[in-house]
Amino acid sequence: MGRRIINRRPGKGGALFWGALPFLAVLVLYVTFSALRLAENPNDKLLPAFSTIADTLHRLAFVPDSRSGQVLLWADSASSLTRLGLGLLVSTAIGLVLGIGTGLIPYIRAGLSPFIAVLSLIPPMAVLPILFIVFGLDELSKVVLIVIGIAPFLVRDMAMRVEAIPSELVIKAQTLGANTWQIVTRLVLPSVWPKLMDSLRLSLGPAWLFLISAEAIAAQDGLGYRIFLVRRYLAMDVILPYVAWITLLAFCMDWALRYANRSLCPWLERGAS
Amino acid sequence: MSRVTVDNLWMEYGDQVVLERVNLDIPSGEFCALVGPSGCGKTTFLRLLLSMEAPTRGTIRVDGEKLSPEPGPDRGVVFQRYSAYPHLTVEENVILGLEFARAPFFGKLWGRAKRQAQDEVASVIHAVGLDHARAKYPAELSGGMQQRLSIAQALVRKPRILLMDEPFGALDPGTKAQMHDLVRDLWRAEKMTVFMVTHDIKEGFGLGTRVLAFDKVRVDPDEPQAYGATITLNLPLEDKAERAQVVQL
Repeated sequence: MGRRIINRRPGKGGALFWGALPFLAVLVLYVTFSALRLAENPNDKLLPAFSTIADTLHRLAFVPDSRSGQVLLWADSASSLTRLGLGLLVSTAIGLVLGIGTGLIPYIRAGLSPFIAVLSLIPPMAVLPILFIVFGLDELSKVVLIVIGIAPFLVRDMAMRVEAIPSELVIKAQTLGANTWQIVTRLVLPSVWPKLMDSLRLSLGPAWLFLISAEAIAAQDGLGYRIFLVRRYLAMDVILPYVAWITLLAFCMDWALRYANRSLCPWLERGAS
Repeated sequence: MSRVTVDNLWMEYGDQVVLERVNLDIPSGEFCALVGPSGCGKTTFLRLLLSMEAPTRGTIRVDGEKLSPEPGPDRGVVFQRYSAYPHLTVEENVILGLEFARAPFFGKLWGRAKRQAQDEVASVIHAVGLDHARAKYPAELSGGMQQRLSIAQALVRKPRILLMDEPFGALDPGTKAQMHDLVRDLWRAEKMTVFMVTHDIKEGFGLGTRVLAFDKVRVDPDEPQAYGATITLNLPLEDKAERAQVVQL
């Protein structure tokens, strides 16, 4: 008899094969159904052939748009990534400052933590109209939506991580003569940094969600704007590569954050624990 | 000099009395071993000495002055666990105390100041036998090495009082014996007043120059929390030769 299935592991090549399998399956399914539909109706727009998608992609990525004179894919990417980057940056800063404050300093915790707990329960999309009214329809409201969407989570997560630092380490720092600020810079920041990167990775999904929603509702450019714009023409040949591109961007950001963690925090990789 | 005087100390949590009527007069340089059954307030007493908590009644004085209400560099500490900073190498862990003292804003030294600090801690790192592990992170060290690191780290600010909470509880017997020699040598060299909580009575008598036993003298079977523990035995080990050399009676 062979081993139990929980003890059987694929080798290196096997893992690659099993990992690639779902991708290949989706690809084969798409190509098959696309060919079937196109055979029936050459003007079918739902599942365009890869050649059509490639043509559209070429137009989007290399040919300037006749109306705006911009190359759409790059212009859209640039404005979306700017909004997303700003939103993430501001959220991270808020998460670090308020998270460390509430986690470490009892008076700030007493003052802010109930407020933040309530704030984090407000559904961000519900306040989007307020943001449009207050901040206008341009960049600011979109960045603010991302911040409102993920900053409360980051603050609470950081606060919990700070509280989870063993009290022995904080006491020891005091017996070594550290003041509060030194405890923040030498103990708290390095301890929560890897966790911040992980929380940011988890926040990427919601951040994209809020960005695309805001762009879908009111924008002049951006990846989300484009997808929702061409939806009217059933332009799957635009939507599909855009979705793939957004996925790729998200994947790269996730990878970059993981890499930043590993290179900035060498102690995580060393030793047994 | 660091004579520790404890005057009618009580520690209560709500209606639970943990410590009661603790009176002590410990001469400077004494190595006190705190022994007794679990849950008898040894660690609580250490926490009070460290100002992690404030006693409900009574006072602790060092050389006649009231203990500062928060932990400070006059009292070093070695815990059983979480004793070194996982994100710093051995050398960085030991230098930390100097950096806190010399770099008030960043808490970090660079360039010449850092090299000077490195030279200063070299002897401490050598004393605890960690020269070869200087660039390693605590997770790469064995349990005994981590405790040696923790001791070196605590000694760098030259505390007058060293508090240790079961520092060798998690170590194997061989490592334990090495650690005893190390701690005894360091105590002799620095002439600190030491308080060490231990479950191991043999360790207490072997290492200490005074044994303090904690236990409950009064027990109410209906209300076990009504009475706390106190020091039932305060035994200076006067026949120890090293006691006369270090302790300032």
